[in-house]
Amino acid sequence: MSNFMNTGKNPRQKQRERADTRFRLYGLTALGLAMAFLVFFFIDIIGQAIPAFHVTEVKVTVHYSDAVKSNYNKAIDHKLRRIVSRGWLRALPAQLKAHPDMIGTSAELWVPTDSRVDQYIKGHDGNGLKPKYQHIVDAMQKDGRVRQVFNTGFFTSGDSKLPEQAGILAAAVGSVFTLLLTMLVAVPIGVMTAIYLEEFAEDSKLTRLIEVNINNLAAIPSILYGLLGLAIFINFMGVPRSSALAGGLTLALMTLPIIIIATRAALRAVPESIREAAYGLGASSLQTVWHHVLPLAMPGILTGSIIGLAQAMGETAPLIIIGMMAYIPEPPTSILDAATVLPAQVYTWSTESLHGYTERTAAGILVLLTVLLSLNAIAVTLRNRMQQHW
Amino acid sequence: MPTEHTIKRFEGELNDLKEKILEMGGLVEKAIKRSINSLLKHDTDRAHKVIERESNINDLELEIDEMTRTILALRQPAASDLRFVITSIKLVTDLERMGDLAEGIAEKMLETRDHPLIQINSLQSLSDLVLVQLKLSLDAFSRYDIEAAAQCIEGDKKVNTMYKAMQREYLTYMIEDPRQITAGLIATNIAKNLERIGDHAVNVAEMVIYMVKGYEVRHIGRKAAAAIVRGESAPK
Amino acid sequence: MSTEKNNQLENKITVRDLKLWYGDFQALNGLDLDILEGKVTAFIGPSGCGKSTFLRTLNRMNDRIPSCRVEGEILLDGTDIYAPEVDVVQLRTHVGMVFQKPNPFPKSIYENIAYAPRIHSLVNDGPEMDELVETSLRKASIWNEVKDKLQQPGTALSGGQQQRLCIARTIAVQPDVILMDEPCSALDPIATAKIEELMDELKQEYTIVIVTHNMQQAARVSDYTAYFYLGDLIEFADTHTIFTAPTHQKTEDYITGRFG
Ligand SMILES: Nc1ncnc2c1ncn2[C@@H]1O[C@H](COP(=O)(O)OP(=O)(O)OP(=O)(O)O)[C@@H](O)[C@H]1O
Ligand SMILES: [Mg+2]
Repeated sequence: MSNFMNTGKNPRQKQRERADTRFRLYGLTALGLAMAFLVFFFIDIIGQAIPAFHVTEVKVTVHYSDAVKSNYNKAIDHKLRRIVSRGWLRALPAQLKAHPDMIGTSAELWVPTDSRVDQYIKGHDGNGLKPKYQHIVDAMQKDGRVRQVFNTGFFTSGDSKLPEQAGILAAAVGSVFTLLLTMLVAVPIGVMTAIYLEEFAEDSKLTRLIEVNINNLAAIPSILYGLLGLAIFINFMGVPRSSALAGGLTLALMTLPIIIIATRAALRAVPESIREAAYGLGASSLQTVWHHVLPLAMPGILTGSIIGLAQAMGETAPLIIIGMMAYIPEPPTSILDAATVLPAQVYTWSTESLHGYTERTAAGILVLLTVLLSLNAIAVTLRNRMQQHW
Repeated sequence: MPTEHTIKRFEGELNDLKEKILEMGGLVEKAIKRSINSLLKHDTDRAHKVIERESNINDLELEIDEMTRTILALRQPAASDLRFVITSIKLVTDLERMGDLAEGIAEKMLETRDHPLIQINSLQSLSDLVLVQLKLSLDAFSRYDIEAAAQCIEGDKKVNTMYKAMQREYLTYMIEDPRQITAGLIATNIAKNLERIGDHAVNVAEMVIYMVKGYEVRHIGRKAAAAIVRGESAPK
Repeated sequence: MSTEKNNQLENKITVRDLKLWYGDFQALNGLDLDILEGKVTAFIGPSGCGKSTFLRTLNRMNDRIPSCRVEGEILLDGTDIYAPEVDVVQLRTHVGMVFQKPNPFPKSIYENIAYAPRIHSLVNDGPEMDELVETSLRKASIWNEVKDKLQQPGTALSGGQQQRLCIARTIAVQPDVILMDEPCSALDPIATAKIEELMDELKQEYTIVIVTHNMQQAARVSDYTAYFYLGDLIEFADTHTIFTAPTHQKTEDYITGRFG
């Protein structure tokens, strides 16, 4: 009787077990490889980004003489002029004009350094700091006149031609504006379209055609949406180039199919029995959808929307086309102002050669990743929190 | 029975039940024949045998009852199956009573040693007639033959007429010759048993009609019943 | 049961020559049937014979299927429910439906009952609604089991309780007719027995039509039974007759288990 009671393994069984093991090994290898890439990426990015969150300051004596008004270089000892940040020096005349009583005084101050000094302190010496200055910095460091502080400027200022002054604020505000617009446009339109297609439209050739097209739209390379946005919003409707409005609308176009698909899937996941129950009690189509189907589909719709928005947030290609890859030192104040977005800012920095920008590229990526991961986490939490069991 | 059951075991159980009932019917038939023959041939052995074997019929009754109980409880028969099972339940009691009546004839036969019977021929005719009736009813049951059942119901008239005639005949003898009174009473009794067996055969026939057709022909008179079976009038 | 007796009872629903198509496929081939007021009528028949389809024509749930086309007449209290001026929403408040799988809304027990009366403005929220919820739950014999947890989700109840909740929800609209499509097929025998008992009570007030695959159940709960086969109504008679002596061989074969 029973083959399966055999204690000795037969050849077929051995073969089967070997195949199993082999398959598991392939899987593990693939997983390990993916994990290794990810870990490498994170270590690399974080390693590069962390220095950007610190800047070097030096303690120097600042002379607020009258001459400073016309030549800001006069405020600092000659040999230290290349040590401190030129950006900081440039701001001095304005400061003096605002506070005339300071003229004639002098003070010992912690002052931001030039990017090259900063890089030298952080150990990247090949960055063009002359040996003469290297000696001075070394000496100051011995005197305790060099320190590292948290780089608040990175979060409170816009882009700059001086790496030590470049920050992400302008891009972040641009991103918020753009994304808010995308959300306000894409979510209502997408959700309504999906509800109509799923709950009200008859199953005709036309609706099926629309369906296929929506599915295809979701797979179109995003740069094409940039061209579409350029043609429709900027050339045809006259929306200002590079504005958050143009960006938001373009990204809304791109996000729409994703939201429609996600919403339809969420609606379809609501069991038919719930609709039947409502119709059976004499609820109208609108009441059925509004009171029963939509609340049940809400977690799915929100998740889909958030993921769609997160994708929009990380998008650069279509924005290049509509001119949002711009040098924007000041945060936009309205949706019509020229603006840029975080990923575009990251991209801009990454093309600069100075090491100060390289650092900021990594830091920008880190900020972007944090925001995206938070969005995804919110989506997951929402889904778990709101999910109904039936 | 028309088509086969989807559940083979149920089909088997119904067939077993039918066979057991026909077996019981066969035993009853044999008992009646034997008891009458013992009388005709003055053979007390046969009479004893009838009395002995009566318990076989009782055993079969119990066995069949158990079978019908099982089918009712486990299969919940409906429609024709339900009617078949109900008919079976009623048939066994009728058959069992016939068995008792045959035993009664055998017992009376044993009393005739001291009181030899007169006019045995008419008893033989009556028993022949009753046996035909019983055969008709059992055939009707085994073949779902309502025509046979109708014949059985109609045939009961002849049994009754003959029985009445015999009663009068025996009465005359007894009045003429008081010494014959005991023998006459025994003969009357036997004739009565035979007539009762005929009545039970009719019961069986009527139940068979219910089983096959689903309507009742009991207690409405022979003619009306036969007319309904032959489609000459509608069941109520 | 004699025909004279039928005439004394009111026809609640009268079906005349009802034909139904799903696209090109004809699912019902001209049905004629009277459903009597205050009685339980059971539909039996093999899978796919059109029982559910027919049941759903009675409150026009079939309207939701675009390919579905209906011909013939269905009169509810003498009014053709397929007449163009009929308001389907109103119709469904008169002809309620209980489904095969218990389908309470994923809301509280109270809300499950209160929903339909509220959208139809039958009573106001507050004490009136509380009372309606209670009577509905009582009529569905589930009040005692849920009275202390009205705010808990209806979906947290057992299957049998959920089904009685669904019946209560249907009753709350105060319909005349309750349609049930295999209401016990997902329930255990005890829960089934409770629902059958409930049907017996409900028929005092409502006309009930039930589709069931359980022939014993049809025999137990119904007064009349209709046997369907391939879109035809083969036999319609009082339940006693169908289960002891049906007229048609097809019915006979089906209920004795000789089918197919
Ligand atoms: N929406 C539909 N579209 C097309 N055909 C359908 C549709 N619904 C049912 N049918 C067909 O109509 C026929 C009757 O179906 P129906 O659901 O009424 O059967 P039923 O008797 O209720 O079966 P069951 O006992 O399995 O529930 C079947 O042949 C089925 O395939
Ligand atoms: Mg069905």
